[in-house]
Amino acid sequence: MMITEISILRTLLTIAGITLVVGINAVFVVWLERKVAGHMQFRLGPTEVGPFGLLQTVADGLKLLSKQIIFPSSADTPIFILAPIICLIPVFVALVPVPFSKTLQAHELDIGLLLVIALGLLNTLGILLAGWGCDNKYALLGASRAVAQILAYKIPLLLCILPVILLAGTFSLREIVVAQQESMWFAFYQPVAFFMYLIAITMETNRSPFDFAEAESELVAGFHTEYSGMMFSLFFLAEYTYMFLASAIASILFLGGWLGPILPGPIWMLLKIYFFLFLMMWFRWTFPRVRVDQMLTFGWKILLPISLLNFLITAGVMAVL
Amino acid sequence: MNWSYAQNIITGLVSLVKGMQVTMTTMLTPSPTVEWPSETAPLPPRFRGHIMLVADESTGFARCIACGACSRACPSNCIQVIGEKPEGVKKKSPTLFQLDFTKCSLCGLCVESCPVAALAYSRDYALAGPDRQVYSSMDLLTGFASPLTEQCHEL
Repeated sequence: MMITEISILRTLLTIAGITLVVGINAVFVVWLERKVAGHMQFRLGPTEVGPFGLLQTVADGLKLLSKQIIFPSSADTPIFILAPIICLIPVFVALVPVPFSKTLQAHELDIGLLLVIALGLLNTLGILLAGWGCDNKYALLGASRAVAQILAYKIPLLLCILPVILLAGTFSLREIVVAQQESMWFAFYQPVAFFMYLIAITMETNRSPFDFAEAESELVAGFHTEYSGMMFSLFFLAEYTYMFLASAIASILFLGGWLGPILPGPIWMLLKIYFFLFLMMWFRWTFPRVRVDQMLTFGWKILLPISLLNFLITAGVMAVL
Repeated sequence: MNWSYAQNIITGLVSLVKGMQVTMTTMLTPSPTVEWPSETAPLPPRFRGHIMLVADESTGFARCIACGACSRACPSNCIQVIGEKPEGVKKKSPTLFQLDFTKCSLCGLCVESCPVAALAYSRDYALAGPDRQVYSSMDLLTGFASPLTEQCHEL
C-alpha cells in the first residue's frame, strides 16, 4: 500500500517536473536562439517584451495558441493530428532516465541509454507521419529526406556511443557518470567519438547544416508546411526538447554529467547542457545547409568508417588491457 | 588509405573552425543598432529637415520681413508668404507663412535667397502624421509671437 502511494506520487512529480523543464527550456532556448542569431548577424534580437526580450517567446506562444488550426481538405485527419503528438511524447518520456545529479533523477533504469536511443528514433516516425498525412508535396519531400537522413546518422551515432559503454561497462546513465568520477571525463578518452557525436546530434535534431526535413529555402517549411497554430508549436516544442535531450545525453556520456567542482550537481549539468545547446546554435548560424547527396556521402563515407574504426580500436585496446 | 581523403577532411575541418571564428567575433562585437524611438542616432551638422523660421533674439518675433524672396526662389512653388506692415514699424511682418512640404525638394534656394537669414533647416526627421494636411500645409508661424497680434499663433 505504502509503496503504491509513493510510486503514484513519484509519477505525478515526474510528470510535473518534466513538463516544467520542457516548458521553461523551450521558452528560454527559443529566446537564446533568437538572441544568438541576432548578435551573429549584427542585430540585437528581441528586446521589447520583458527584460532583454525574455518574454518574447511567451507572447509568441500565446499568439500561436489563439490561432486557428487549419486542416487541409485532402489531409488524412487522424494521422495529421497524431504526428505532432508522436513527435513530442517520446522526447518527453526519454527525459525520465536522465539524471541531473546523483539523487535527482525521475527513474533509474539499468538500460536508460537504450531507452533514450529507442525513443529518439520515434521522432523521425512523427516527421514521416506529418509529411505523409497532410498530402502536400513539400511536406512529403521533407519527410522522405528525414528518413534518408536517419539511416546516415543513426548508425555512426550508435557506434560513437558504444565505446563509452565499453569504458563504463553499463547502459545506466547514472552509472556512466559515476564511472567518470573515478577516471577522467570520457571526452578525453574518446575525443574522436565525442566530435563525431556532436556532428551526429546536429543531424539527429534536424538542425542546420543538416535541416533537410525543414529546409525553408527549398521546401517552404518541409514536413510542417501545412501545420498552423498550436499544432505547429508542438513541433517546435519537440525540436527544442529534443535538442535539450541530445545535449543532456552528450554531457552525460562525454563531459561527466553533474560532475564538477564547487557548484552543486544540477547546476553543472545545466551548464553543460546549455553549452551544447549554444554550440548547436553556433553551428546553425555559421554553416549553410549542405546538399542532400553531400550529407549522405558524409554520413556513409566519413562518419561511419571512422566511428567504426574508433569503436574497433577501443574494443581491441580494452581487450588487450 | 587514400591521402586526398584525409587531406580533404583536415582542410574541411580548418575551414569550419574559421567560419565559427567569424560568427563568434561578430557576436562579441557590439551591434551598431540604434533602438529608435527610445534613442536616436546623432544627426550630421548639415542635416536638412524641412525649413523653419528663425526667431529674432531681442524681440522673440520671427525675423522674417515677408519680402517673398523665398517664395519667388522656390522652384517647386511650395512657399506662400503674406505680410502686413504694423503701425509705426518700418518692417513688414508675416501673417501667413505656409510650406507645402509634400512638394518641397529640399534644394535650399529659399534659405540662400533670404535677405535677413530668417530661414533655417529644422532637425525634425521623424516625419509622420495622421493625414496629408499636416505636411501639405505646414504653418511655420506656429509657436511665434507676432508684432501684429502680440499673441502666440495656435496650431
